Amino acid sequence: MTAKTNRTGKASKAPASALVDPVREANEPTSLLARFGPERPLAMDCGVTLDRWQIAYQTYGTLNADRSNAVLVCHALTGDQHVANTNPVTGKSGWWEVLIGPGCPIDTDRYFVICSNVIGGCLGSTGPASLDQATGRAYGLNFPLVTIRDMVRAQAVLVEHLGIASLFAVIGGSMGGMQVLQWASSYPDRVFAAVPLATAARHSAQNIAFHEVGRQAVMADPDWQGGRYLDGAKRPSKGLSVARMGAHITYLSEAALHRKFGRNLQDREARTFTFDADFQVESYLRYQGISFVERFDANSYLYLTRAMDYFDLAADHGGVLAKAFAGSKTRFCVASFTSDWLFPTSDSRAIVHALNASGASVSFVELESDKGHDAFLLDEPELFATLRGFIGAAARARGLA
Amino acid sequence: MSDVRIDLSLIADMVEPGSKVLDVGCGDGALLALLASRRHVDARGIELSREGVAGCVARGLSVIQGDADTDLGDYPDDAFDYVILSQTIQATRAPRRVLENMLRIGRRAIVSFPNFGHWNIRAQLAFKGRMPVTSNLPETWHDTPNIHFCTIRDFVGLCDTLGAVTERAVALNASGSDIGVKAPWWFWNLFGQQAVFLLRRTGPASPP
Repeated sequence: MTAKTNRTGKASKAPASALVDPVREANEPTSLLARFGPERPLAMDCGVTLDRWQIAYQTYGTLNADRSNAVLVCHALTGDQHVANTNPVTGKSGWWEVLIGPGCPIDTDRYFVICSNVIGGCLGSTGPASLDQATGRAYGLNFPLVTIRDMVRAQAVLVEHLGIASLFAVIGGSMGGMQVLQWASSYPDRVFAAVPLATAARHSAQNIAFHEVGRQAVMADPDWQGGRYLDGAKRPSKGLSVARMGAHITYLSEAALHRKFGRNLQDREARTFTFDADFQVESYLRYQGISFVERFDANSYLYLTRAMDYFDLAADHGGVLAKAFAGSKTRFCVASFTSDWLFPTSDSRAIVHALNASGASVSFVELESDKGHDAFLLDEPELFATLRGFIGAAARARGLA
Repeated sequence: MSDVRIDLSLIADMVEPGSKVLDVGCGDGALLALLASRRHVDARGIELSREGVAGCVARGLSVIQGDADTDLGDYPDDAFDYVILSQTIQATRAPRRVLENMLRIGRRAIVSFPNFGHWNIRAQLAFKGRMPVTSNLPETWHDTPNIHFCTIRDFVGLCDTLGAVTERAVALNASGSDIGVKAPWWFWNLFGQQAVFLLRRTGPASPP
């Protein structure tokens, strides 16, 4: 694991030997933490202003003297700031360790990498699981609705707080890719290179529909208690677990499921003629659901899925996506995957067409993979070669080489 | 730069330094890399093959995966100083529409193509009665991606139809040398193995 220090030289706490409590993690994270008060309020799209808020983050590598080598990594729906270190809640490796580290395409020997937990998340940035100072209880549904732009506003404050005037690159996939697009649109002068992967400039009706099923599953769980479950000991684990199982299918592909499981039975010779998890694929999904509820806050899941649903970058620019990038000097690298049916190539093409129409510099490639939407998180050599080339060329253009 | 293909070098010489260029069907990015290094242009590319695009991006070129037949329509008028179609027009489904789009989105268009009027090709068809296979066009009729061959004369005819002005035209013989500006069209059409045209439109970019 790379040593993590911020510019004040304060090292982030090493992960505890025993796994940490996710509820505690929401307020007192095992991460670097930036706290902001009324002097730096966060004005949100819904009209509410947060007077006290915090953002948890991790950093890797060293910021150079010019402060020109910072890379911001934006995480996806159920990701977190632990992009390249052991996750203190799950004990598993960072979610993008294949991409970020010494000698990796995002080389921490050359770049200063920042990854923060999104506003509305549950690993230390202010969200529905955070303590509401006004009531002394968790916010729950009293937390204001969050948008992708709110997440990016909060990140912009953090980046400024770290003394970085302009980012070398902003990179992310899926919901992270939405943040990348928002960054490039909201702060074009602060983003030298943008890498939106497996994403869209607006969430499709089908994707909103899937999210709604997930939310309804959470809210149908009696233990959800109108979102007030953190006041007691019970958690809406059944509901959140079902939501995760449904969502997980959308991250894969028919081919990947078939390759992994086919119709194989789970630890048995024959069907049991019950509703037990006879099939491996059922057992796998149940495991995915159960392990998810141990690390994720149900209300956070509601808020973040909603943020994705609300995302429509063109709508903020009179319905013309190209206007979101008008005059942009940022260089873009867009990539999609052949088997991704959640954020299909057509979504990426719409982004590319808008960037072309606005005259921006853009590279785009559809990568061959049968792993579905999740491909952007996996070991995909073609993706790495593309990113290595793009980031290397951008670094030369920025004088970082 | 003797290792650079003569037609690419010729195209590079037609491009003003520092301009904004789109190479349609840029393949492995050889021309884009040449334009970037020799003419310091803002070089962009479109390429159909996934391998080609991945290779270009890995070289640090701004290339998108796309199709000359379907994706040029998305670019605004005058988006580029030059739009280049190098050895690709014969592989497009609708060469006329592609050329129209090129003249619309670029202030200049540069097109290079194999001349199907070359004597060797005429001779193969006339005397062998077979579809020509040459060192320049090595695929057999059933394998070739080239579905819309034309001769230099045919291409000049299309330019006339579209009201495009030829600012420069060069024909190269089999050894890759310039046939010379003094030669008449029939001579070019017979002895030019490939041709390079620098064009510009006469009317407005888009019809009012």
